[in-house]
Amino acid sequence: MSDNEAQVAERPTRRGAGVGRVLVAVYAILAIAATGRSVFQIIDRFGEAPVAFTLSAFSGVVYIVATIALGARLRRLAWITISIELAGVLIVGSLSLLAPAVLGLHSIDPFGRDSTVWSAFGAGYLLIPLVLPVLGLLYLRRSGPVAVAASGDDAAADPVAKL
Amino acid sequence: MIYAYTIAQVLVACAAGLACVVLGLAGRRPNDLTLGALVLVELLLIAQLVIALIAPGLGNHASGSVPEFYVYLISALLIPPLAIFWGLIERTRWSTVVLGVAAFAIAVMVFRMEQIWSVQLA
Repeated sequence: MSDNEAQVAERPTRRGAGVGRVLVAVYAILAIAATGRSVFQIIDRFGEAPVAFTLSAFSGVVYIVATIALGARLRRLAWITISIELAGVLIVGSLSLLAPAVLGLHSIDPFGRDSTVWSAFGAGYLLIPLVLPVLGLLYLRRSGPVAVAASGDDAAADPVAKL
Repeated sequence: MIYAYTIAQVLVACAAGLACVVLGLAGRRPNDLTLGALVLVELLLIAQLVIALIAPGLGNHASGSVPEFYVYLISALLIPPLAIFWGLIERTRWSTVVLGVAAFAIAVMVFRMEQIWSVQLA
């Protein structure tokens, strides 16, 4: 148990870093899920819902880049990709429920054959796609030095505003 | 797929996930118990692959999309080894939590595989 005591003593700095590792793991799994699904949808039935499946693939790429950015501690890239994710899940989630025709969706069923990771705010993935970017942004804001976090904040605000 | 075996896999993966997350948050580094739990989950998945390969020959045909099923199964097969690898390299309590997250992901994926195998969504 002396191990554990040492860890507890170091907690203030280690804790943030540790939570970040778990975040990377969850992102990696979501990246596999989103990419795997979109590759299959595009190969199997791209014509059925081209807009939705393109978005599906785009979300997969965003999750892959976010995973790498978090893992390699590329803070600016992490801010940008996670902000895109949050915008994506909110915009695509709203459209999929309010105006599914815009995305070329045939139903709002989050488990349906033309649903994406972001459809219905990620309901098909236990709403993890909605919660994860919020956790990611909170983690980025909390983990970095204040100065870095503040400048990162501005960098993240821009892409969101442009979207 | 065999429904009872699916349920068994989901229960084992959830138990492994819960144990790893709790032990991880309690400060334990990856140990024989938590790494072994993920090895068990992986062994069950390999048995699932064998079952899926043999089942059609014995009259247990998938009514859903077979390629989609295998995309899930092969992705699932990769996850526990990656998590175990991570747990062996990065010896912190958070790696134990990562083992748990991986196990929960397998539980969800196995559940989806059962749906894809047996339910027509189209």
